[in-house]
Amino acid sequence: MSTAVESNAAETVVVMEQVEKWFGRLHVLRGVSLSVRRGERIVICGPSGSGKSTMIRCINGLELHDRGRIVVEGRELRDDPRLLRTIRQEVGMVFQSFNLFPHLTVLENCTLAPMKVRGLSREAAEARAMEYLARVHIADQARKYPAQLSGGQQQRVAIARALCMQPRLMLFDEPTSALDPEMVREVLDVMIELAESGTTMLCVTHEMGFAERVADRVIFMDRGEIIEEGPPAVFFNQPKSERLKLFLSQILHRA
Amino acid sequence: MAPAPSRPARPLASARERRAWLISASVTALLVLLIAWVAWRFLAWAVWHAVWSVPAGPDGAPNTDACRAALGEGACWAVIGEKYRFILFGFYPYAEQWRPALVVLLFIGLFAASLFRRFWHPSLFVVWAGALVFSAALMWGGFAGLPFVPADQWGGLPITLFLATVGLALAFPLAILAALARASRGLPLLKGLSILYIELIRGVPLISLLFMASVMLPLFLPPGIEIAKLLRAQIAFILFAGAYLAEVVRAGLAALPKGQYEAASALGLSYWQSMRHVILPQALRHTVPMLVNTFVGFFKDTSLVLVIGIYDVMTTARTAILEPRWQGFGIEVYLFLAVIYFAFCYSMAGASRRLESRSATPLAATEEPA
Ligand SMILES: Nc1ncnc2c1ncn2[C@@H]1O[C@H](COP(=O)(O)OP(=O)(O)OP(=O)(O)O)[C@@H](O)[C@H]1O
Ligand SMILES: [Mg+2]
Repeated sequence: MSTAVESNAAETVVVMEQVEKWFGRLHVLRGVSLSVRRGERIVICGPSGSGKSTMIRCINGLELHDRGRIVVEGRELRDDPRLLRTIRQEVGMVFQSFNLFPHLTVLENCTLAPMKVRGLSREAAEARAMEYLARVHIADQARKYPAQLSGGQQQRVAIARALCMQPRLMLFDEPTSALDPEMVREVLDVMIELAESGTTMLCVTHEMGFAERVADRVIFMDRGEIIEEGPPAVFFNQPKSERLKLFLSQILHRA
Repeated sequence: MAPAPSRPARPLASARERRAWLISASVTALLVLLIAWVAWRFLAWAVWHAVWSVPAGPDGAPNTDACRAALGEGACWAVIGEKYRFILFGFYPYAEQWRPALVVLLFIGLFAASLFRRFWHPSLFVVWAGALVFSAALMWGGFAGLPFVPADQWGGLPITLFLATVGLALAFPLAILAALARASRGLPLLKGLSILYIELIRGVPLISLLFMASVMLPLFLPPGIEIAKLLRAQIAFILFAGAYLAEVVRAGLAALPKGQYEAASALGLSYWQSMRHVILPQALRHTVPMLVNTFVGFFKDTSLVLVIGIYDVMTTARTAILEPRWQGFGIEVYLFLAVIYFAFCYSMAGASRRLESRSATPLAATEEPA
C-alpha cells in the first residue's frame, strides 16, 4: 500500500489510511481511508455528528488523529508545529462561520498570510489579493472591513483569503450552511468556478445540486465511517446501503 | 415645538397622577435647595472667607494667625501657596526643582500625544523609552554642571508618575506573557508557573508586597548588593500590576471566538504570528475599558509607597501639614491633592472613551464567541 502511495506522490494530494480519532471516550473517526488525486473534487455528506468536520480538520492538523496515517503532499502528518505549518501552507480552508479577521480590511485579510508566511512583499501580496478578490467578484470591497459586508460576501472573501496562499488543496466545511438562502447561490457559483478551473477540493456540504454538478466522487459518512462512495450519478441514483438511502430521502425531502 | 393641535388641555386626570406630580416636583425642589445650600456654604468657605496668603512674621517664617482666626469659617489657601513646591517635588533641592517640573511636563505632554492616532507609530515607543531615560538622568544629574541628586531625595509628583508609568509600561508586556502562558495548552510547566504567579500576587495586598520588597528582598540578596528603595518599590509594583492586567488580558483572549485561532493556524501562521497579528490586536481592543480601569486603580495605588518611606505626592502632602504652623489645614491640602489625582485619572477615563470610540467601528463583531 505505502509503495503505491510514494510512486503516485505527484498525482496524490492526500492519503488517509485507517485513521482513528477519539474525543475523550467518543470514537469519532473509525478507520477512515481516503485518497485524493490532484484535480479531484470530492463532496462529503452525512448526518450531523458523523465526523465530517473532524475528518477534513485532520487533513490540515486542526485536529490531530490518534491512529493511522495521513500524508499530505508527500509529508506525513505528525504533532510537530513546523511540519504542520508547512502542510497548512499547502492546504486552504474555508469555514462555516467565515472566520475573517474583523480588525483587518478585506485586503489585509488576504495579504496577511502571504506576507508573513510566504514572505511576499506588500506590493506582490496586494496584487495577488486583488487578483483573487476579482475571481470571487468582490474586488470593489477590498478596503472595507468584514463587518461591512453581507454573509455571502464575507464567505467569498474567506475563499479568496485561502486562495491567496495558492494552496494545492482546498478544504470547505459547510461553507454555505451559515448563509441566508438568497446568498447561498453567489458562494456556490464561486465554488463551481473554482472546481471547473481544476482546483483540488474536498467539500463538506449538503448542497446536492453542487455535488451533482462538480463532484468527481461523493462520500457518505456515518458514525465515523465512510459508508459509501461513488460518482454522483451512481451515488444519488443507486445508493446501496440502507443508511445512505435513509439519509438521501431525508435531505431530499427537506430540500 | 409647534403648538399642539386643538386637543383640549387635559386637566391632571386622577388624584393619583396629581399626587405623583406633586411628590416629584417637591423632591426636585428640595434637592435644588439642598445643592444650592451646599454650594453656597462651600463657596463661602472656599472663596469669600478664604485666606489667600499670609504675611511673614518677625522671624521671616509665615505668620498663620490670619488662617487660625478663619479656621472653620474660611479656607486657608495660603498653605498651598507656601507648600505646593514641597508637595509637588518633596525634598528635591529647592533651587533644582525645575528639573522634576520639566519631567512632569514631559510626561504630561507625552501622555497627551499618545492619545492621538496620528502619533501611533512604533517610534512612539522609542520616544517614550528615550523620555524615561532622559527623565531619570535629569533627576539624578551629575553631568553638564547639574548637581547630583540621589534618589532618596526625589519626591512628590515625579515619583508618582514614574512609578505609575514605568510600572504599567513594564507590567503590560509581563501581563501579556503571563496571560498567554496561562491560556496555553502545550506547556504545562509554563502554565503552572503563570497561574502560581497570578494567583499568588492577587492573593496578597499591595502593601504587603511593598513591605516584602523593601524589608525581605535585601535579606535574600548577597551582601554588598543593594537595590535602591525606589527600584524595589518599582519591582513590587510591576509584579502586582502585571498579575491583575494578566487576568484582564486573559478575559480578552477567552472572549475571542475559537474560529479566529483556527483561521490563523489554517493559514500557516505560527503561534507568535497569530498572536501578534490576529489574536492580541482584537483581545486588547476588547479590553480597553477594563485596562484603563486597572490603570486608574494603579495610579492611585502608587500612594501606598508611603509605607516604605518613599515620598510620593500623597506622602509629601501629608508631610507638609506636619509642621506645627500649618497643622489643622489638612482639608485644603487634601483638596489640592484630590484635584491633582482627579486631573490625571479623569484624563485617563477620557482617553479610554476616545480609544473605545476609535476602535468600535471595524470591530462590530460578526460572530458569536465560541
Ligand atoms: N473538539 C471536540 N471535543 C469533543 N467532541 C467533539 C469535538 N469536536 C467534535 N466533537 C464531537 O465529535 C463528533 C463528530 O463531530 P463533527 O463536527 O466531526 O461532526 P460533523 O459530521 O461535522 O457534524 P455537523 O454536520 O453537525 O457539522 C460529534 O459528536 C461532536 O459532538
Ligand atoms: Mg461539521
